Amino acid sequence: MDSTKLAMGGVPETRIGRSTVLIVLKRLGVGVLTLWAVSVLIFASTEILPGDVASAILGRNKTPEAELAIRHTLGLDRPVPVRYFDWLSRFVQGDIGKSLVNQRDIGPEIRERLGNTFFLATVAAGISVPLSIFLGLLAAVWQNSIFDRAINTLSLLTISVPEFFVGYVLIIVFSVKLGWFPSLAMMNDDMSYLQRLYAISLPVSTLVLVVLAHMMRLTRAAVINILSRPFIEMALLKGIPRWRIVIEHAVPNALAPIISVVAVNLAWLIVGVVVVEVVFVFPGMGQLMVDAVANRDVPVVQTCGLIFAAVYVGLNMIADTLGILSNPRLRHAR
Amino acid sequence: MLRRHISIAPIIGISLIIINVSAAVLAPFIAPHGEADMLGTMWASPTAEHWLGLDNLGRDILSRLLFGARTTISLALSITVLAFGIGVSAGFAAALKGGWVDTVLSRLVDVIMAIPGLIFSLVILSVFGSSVPVLTVTIAVLSSTGIFRLSRAVALDLAVMDYVEVARLRGERLGWIMRREVLPNALPPLLAEFGLRFCFAFLFIAALSFLGLGIQPPYADWGGMVRENAQAINFGSLAPLIPALAIAQLTIGVNLLVDWFLPNHSQTQGEGAS
Repeated sequence: MDSTKLAMGGVPETRIGRSTVLIVLKRLGVGVLTLWAVSVLIFASTEILPGDVASAILGRNKTPEAELAIRHTLGLDRPVPVRYFDWLSRFVQGDIGKSLVNQRDIGPEIRERLGNTFFLATVAAGISVPLSIFLGLLAAVWQNSIFDRAINTLSLLTISVPEFFVGYVLIIVFSVKLGWFPSLAMMNDDMSYLQRLYAISLPVSTLVLVVLAHMMRLTRAAVINILSRPFIEMALLKGIPRWRIVIEHAVPNALAPIISVVAVNLAWLIVGVVVVEVVFVFPGMGQLMVDAVANRDVPVVQTCGLIFAAVYVGLNMIADTLGILSNPRLRHAR
Repeated sequence: MLRRHISIAPIIGISLIIINVSAAVLAPFIAPHGEADMLGTMWASPTAEHWLGLDNLGRDILSRLLFGARTTISLALSITVLAFGIGVSAGFAAALKGGWVDTVLSRLVDVIMAIPGLIFSLVILSVFGSSVPVLTVTIAVLSSTGIFRLSRAVALDLAVMDYVEVARLRGERLGWIMRREVLPNALPPLLAEFGLRFCFAFLFIAALSFLGLGIQPPYADWGGMVRENAQAINFGSLAPLIPALAIAQLTIGVNLLVDWFLPNHSQTQGEGAS
């Protein structure tokens, strides 16, 4: 808000440049603050029932003495704020703690699974983002054509259909009937990069299909919104071909909304990953978190939750920053 | 006059909703078998007796589908109603009271929305275990954040209207103004939001049940049925696709109706919280 006011108010150029930096810094500050609030919320939500973790481990064998002993070994008898800062500082240092169920150090497992999930999400994003922006631009250029209407219908479908439905349809068609791809996305250390890519082809396709239509539709909407502006009409009257108008005039101005749409969908990928990993039995963070919830292994769930939330908050922060920087008024004034 | 030609889409939507609701209401009367009756071998193919075949424990899929409609739809509906109770009253209060009430509520909503809903609900479920009350409250609170933002935005526009001012000067209490002056005028956008929020809750339960963390067996519910029959897919059986398709058709139906309703009736463009 400040940015547009400053930019339109004709303030000397150097000050606008500095104010851009300030706005970006402010956004980053808000991001860090959000991250902190999220960590408090995740920690607090596991604290609502005190002692529950201890009784969850003991189950039916619960005696007051055993519960006290377990609370002491887990450090649950210390005050809540102390435990919160202890938990957070160890998390930041990468010491994630022990699983409640088997007392194993969960650090190495989480690192490996985080790598797998990151691989899956990156490949899915690497395919879906350029593809959807390209198709969205085509839909904007060919507004109201059959292609355009097909995209609208498709996006209604993908919004309504759960991820696991898409996953199972792909399994039936490409794995069971055609036998082209594996239905289980196994990963192990001695697989080459290409073998890994092949193993995750169906989960990646599922994720791409889930986010594709939404990104296409909003890219189209952002570009069409710009296309109705007077300067586009001017360009049209000057006889510039339609595709050049879209590329050179509409896209630069639609960049901010397109970036935010991409960020929303990448964030969506993070959540979609949980369900898709379960469908394809993929050894990633989502599967780990779901198993931990079923076992009520609170420390593992907390850690996974905080990692997922941090990535989500981080993506939104980056997107907002890029959005601010992509504002042509601010960029060129520097 | 805004009279639009009624197209085919909302009619499909309405019919799907009516079919689903009557299936849910009439399930005990029209289902050929009980939801937990084991009748034959697992994953038997469809026959004249069992139209959609049998599931992983030899139960009739059609019957479970009908009972599942009952469980899933009624739970999604009660979650949505609760979410609206929380979201609308908090949103209206924030808009009409302003000041610190607005600031505190808005920041709280910002923080909750900064965490992916599914992830947050998993954290809650790991602590409390999965039960219907926990599911209801958790999903309702997560869903109410979007409703809060919409109803706050709508109420901010309405709060400056003369009739609200008059009611204030007359000394009416906040609750009365919210119920009698603001709510009736905010109804159209909220109705459309109700449809979208229903889909949100419905898909949310389906996803959690699919992960094995939602409604617990032996009760039939559509997400859980997909999970129970997931293994059958390797034998080329379509058993897990049937409940998944059931989930999809109801959300498509509601979305078709909302899509038709939205441009006709909303005066205030709320932010499209997904």
